[in-house]
Amino acid sequence: MLSVGTFVLISIIKIVIALIVLLTAVAYTVWLERKVVGHIQNRWGPTRVGPFGLLQPLADGVKFIFKEDLTSPHVYRPLYIAAPMISLIFALTSIAVIPVGNWVTVGGIHTPLQITDVNMGLLIVLGITSMGVYGVALAGWSSNSKYSLLGGLRASAQMVSYEVSLGLSLIGVLIMAGSFSLRDIVDAQGGAYWHVIPRWNIFQGQIFAFFIYLTAAFAETNRIPFDLPEAETELVAGYHTEYSAMKFAMFFMAEYANMITVACLASLLFLGGWHGPLFGPAWLQAILPLFWFALRIFGFLFVYIWVRGTLPRFRYDQLMAFGWKVLLPLAIANLMITGLIVALKS
Amino acid sequence: MPDNYFARYLPLLIHFLLAGALASAIVLLSWLIGYRKPTRAKLSPYECGMVPVGDARQRFSVKFYLVAMMFIIFDVEAVFLYPWAVVLRQLKMFGFWEMLVYVGIVLVGFFYVWKKGVLDWGKATSARRGEV
Amino acid sequence: MQPVATTFFFYLLSGAAILGGVLVITRKNPVHSALALIMTLLAQAGLYLMLYAPFVAGVQIILYAGGIMVLFLFVIMLVNIEKVQKQEQFNKQWLVGIVAAAALGVLFVLVYMKGESLFPKHVVRLAEESNTQEIAVLLYGQYMFAFEIASLLLLVAIIGAVVMAKKRI
Repeated sequence: MLSVGTFVLISIIKIVIALIVLLTAVAYTVWLERKVVGHIQNRWGPTRVGPFGLLQPLADGVKFIFKEDLTSPHVYRPLYIAAPMISLIFALTSIAVIPVGNWVTVGGIHTPLQITDVNMGLLIVLGITSMGVYGVALAGWSSNSKYSLLGGLRASAQMVSYEVSLGLSLIGVLIMAGSFSLRDIVDAQGGAYWHVIPRWNIFQGQIFAFFIYLTAAFAETNRIPFDLPEAETELVAGYHTEYSAMKFAMFFMAEYANMITVACLASLLFLGGWHGPLFGPAWLQAILPLFWFALRIFGFLFVYIWVRGTLPRFRYDQLMAFGWKVLLPLAIANLMITGLIVALKS
Repeated sequence: MPDNYFARYLPLLIHFLLAGALASAIVLLSWLIGYRKPTRAKLSPYECGMVPVGDARQRFSVKFYLVAMMFIIFDVEAVFLYPWAVVLRQLKMFGFWEMLVYVGIVLVGFFYVWKKGVLDWGKATSARRGEV
Repeated sequence: MQPVATTFFFYLLSGAAILGGVLVITRKNPVHSALALIMTLLAQAGLYLMLYAPFVAGVQIILYAGGIMVLFLFVIMLVNIEKVQKQEQFNKQWLVGIVAAAALGVLFVLVYMKGESLFPKHVVRLAEESNTQEIAVLLYGQYMFAFEIASLLLLVAIIGAVVMAKKRI
């Protein structure tokens, strides 16, 4: 039993650590992206600032702060300033219910490796990410520029369209685990069949759901091949055309933070979370789950970047047709078939 | 303390407030430090270097409303599916048939929307015909 | 179960909900009204949480704050704000509105006074661990018919949306 004060203090410490790790991860995902896309296109990517350009994110951050922060008179000021904040706040908050490992005991205090362990975990993540659309829509509207408005509208329509398939693709996992708690979902995937094939959801018939989720997640985070909202050849920069300096960077940070959240969710729901082989001394066994989890997230981010370096962009009508006419029926078929099999077995 | 139900949501609130403080700090810092030297051309809405024409807010396709409507309807459907998925093992085949009827009725509506062409954006079919 | 600072959070959340509600009808800019409505809906989600209904709170955020309000905002975004702000905010229907609000208020007071005889007194508290499961068992068992009717409602909504939009095209 902890007192209220200790509990709040522990929460604040955990939140600060989570935010620092998340923001560092965001900065280095940008670096990784520039580096990997550079190599895919037969270039070097950043090399000048620090060894392998490792200090590039820092330099970018400093540059963003010193850049001119333009607020044109034609924008609708309160919402113009609020929009990037809304985007960033919801992108950072969605990490709050994501567990990164088991319970640990530090200095006699038993606490989960998670900011808060709620049983509605999955619902809360979905709710918070669904609020992210406001940042985009309001940015497009308040900029009062044609490109921004078109970009904002496209982005909101795209995000809501793919949110449906995203939500439906998770139902198979819910059927397997029988709980909304992300921790329970991971625990349900422990162990292996014949000591070889792990009992991850992806190996339990949820492989279609996994690909539906992945596709919908690419569209939700406005990434290539679904980056229509900021299609630079037609819309300049989409909803953030009129933004500069740190406000522009905030949309950027929100996008990458969302990518990391999506990667965390994919690992937790389909790839067994932090499960992996444990060996060696006690301290190594304590650290390995974190390492396996980070490895999966890294893998997802790499796929994100790889896809960006490889695929061209969809056309808008193709995008909407794909979301509604292909992904949605597939997601419904997948959940009904999973439901039938589970109902027959039980 | 952590077994207290409502207290579990307290860190969520703290996290939200801290993220808000961080976002405000970034905006404030950028406003304080950033270099500022506005000119008329810089402050006009971006239109590829042209003098801006007309107002940005124009009428747009009714399809956007329809997509938002479809989104709400399928979101409601998904919300009914979540608790069903969680207890399907208890409901067994009865639960499956129950949901088949439910999803079937909603899919009738989906089929209607599809046939009405609400999901077709642009003139994809006619463009393909003209493409050769 | 010994909740923390329940009174404080209750007044905070209901205060936010009421403030949001007042702002919705007094703001001239419809985008501000929509944002105030989002605040009210989020505060309501918090209140549901306090009533030991975390599932309802989650659904409130996903459906109302994250779904229906997006549609509202879509519609509002395309209204010419400058023109709207010059228009009269309250029209002649205010008298009817006040009568309706007063009737609703009387109803609320009546329910509050006679509530104990109308509704069972005990508060339903489902344990957080099995909240959704218990709701689901009720919904798909005892209230199965209502659940199936909901699908018909959705069907009507789909057809209605298409019919309304098609007439305008």
